[in-house]
Amino acid sequence: MKAVELLVVGGGPAGLCAAIQAAEMGSTVILVERDEHLGGQLIKQTHMFFGSEKQYASKRGFDISELLLKKLSELAEKVTLMKGTTVVGIYEDGVVSLEQGGKYFKVKPKATIVATGASEKTLGFPNNDLPGIYGAGAVQTLMNVHGIKPGSKVVMVGAGNIGLIVSYQLLQAGVKVAAIVEGGPKIGGYLVHASKVRRLGVPILTGHTVKEAHGTNCLEKVTLWKLDENWQGISGTEIDIEADVMCISVGLSPLSELLWQAGCQMKFVQPLGGYVPARDENLQTSVKGLFVAGDVSGVEEASSAMVEGYLAGMSAASFLGYKLFNMAELRQDLLNQLDSLRHGQVGEKIRKGIAELQIVNEAAASVDL
Amino acid sequence: MLEVTGIPTFEDIEKVYPSEERLNQGPTVIMECFQNIPCNPCYTACRTGAIKPFEDINHLPTVDHDLCNGCSLCVSNCPGLAIVVLDMTYSEDQALLKIPYEFLPLPEVGQWVKGLDREGKVVCDVKVVKVIDSKALDKTPIISLALDKQYAKVVRNIRLEE
Repeated sequence: MKAVELLVVGGGPAGLCAAIQAAEMGSTVILVERDEHLGGQLIKQTHMFFGSEKQYASKRGFDISELLLKKLSELAEKVTLMKGTTVVGIYEDGVVSLEQGGKYFKVKPKATIVATGASEKTLGFPNNDLPGIYGAGAVQTLMNVHGIKPGSKVVMVGAGNIGLIVSYQLLQAGVKVAAIVEGGPKIGGYLVHASKVRRLGVPILTGHTVKEAHGTNCLEKVTLWKLDENWQGISGTEIDIEADVMCISVGLSPLSELLWQAGCQMKFVQPLGGYVPARDENLQTSVKGLFVAGDVSGVEEASSAMVEGYLAGMSAASFLGYKLFNMAELRQDLLNQLDSLRHGQVGEKIRKGIAELQIVNEAAASVDL
Repeated sequence: MLEVTGIPTFEDIEKVYPSEERLNQGPTVIMECFQNIPCNPCYTACRTGAIKPFEDINHLPTVDHDLCNGCSLCVSNCPGLAIVVLDMTYSEDQALLKIPYEFLPLPEVGQWVKGLDREGKVVCDVKVVKVIDSKALDKTPIISLALDKQYAKVVRNIRLEE
């Protein structure tokens, strides 16, 4: 069994920033990523990011990923990257087991940051298992990672940021988007994204959902219908759309299995995507030495995930005894950035959700910032 | 309505348009930014001081149209592609509209294309007079369009003839 200082689970925006910050402060880090690529969802984000300069606003997601990987490569002495590796368990005695290429081994980190992200939610309707029905993120991976056109005509379900952005990217790839369907009475994503696809001629049908899908061997047609105020379909309002692809983009749910296994105090907070860990301001969970960052601690934008990553990295390094002369100031700046990212109309729910999760635990005292 | 349809209403648009007087003095930005989201690259891109500092990055941008010279730096920096530059002094009966356009193929200078409104409906034919796709624009090319003044507030996108 290998003794390590800091284990970071997940190589997306949060995990990368956490590893960078902790290594910069002097900690040795093992960064474990299940995929063969680092960067998580950033690598397929071809649109410019929001936020401010500190969160690389106006740069495109894949460029931000490159930028973070470059920073990480400059810290190669401190950071060990393990791609294609899955953390399969966190045990009571702090032992973490991993699997890489069919081999199983164990490490014992002094501190761990879980930044596993989130997975796509699905939607129940007749024939939802027909080939051609995907998660929007899967279609984005097909297009932007593998260069594969997913089909010729798409119905997008969900007008959150992912649904809107993937629709725009499908149009850029020359795929027709017949409609964006949103169950809620209003568009959930940023309105600038909505206007972008709208002026390309794509209708956005709020208050509608999928009634059923049709097709013999694969998707051929989608029946939509209007929803009443109790989210029940209204007979007689059906609309048929011929399509060979349907993308489901109805939200994300935190990949929190490892946190459950580690015994973290968990709470169901709907606006954050489901069960999320209670944590203190330094992003330490109720388990001493176990920190969280990014979507696993509550589904938000990648900008917040990066800032949380830096904060968790700083907290974990500090927990391990590494300090910076201006740490209090840097920490305050990160907290201010988070506060400011969550300050808008869309951020209000996130703020309330996180307030419900704040704990002042015994473990918190061990992070002397 | 915008939050239901994705289409800014006439009232929304009026709110962000500079005065008729200012429009008749030369090019300036129109920022179709209507929602409080955390974002400020327009301010960091602005070199003339026209776009004011954000007290809170969730605020809507504030523009002093008298300081704006229509340089277009903010156009390709806006992650929402919400900014255009309009020059009503382009000619007697034509206006010049600069829009961000992230589709391939790019139109060619001199090409006639369809001018689309905020719903994606064809409004009129417009002529492409300039295409900038420099490295500084970072994959958000800016297309300059000449169009009849009466459509200047309506056209917001283009479609190339198939």
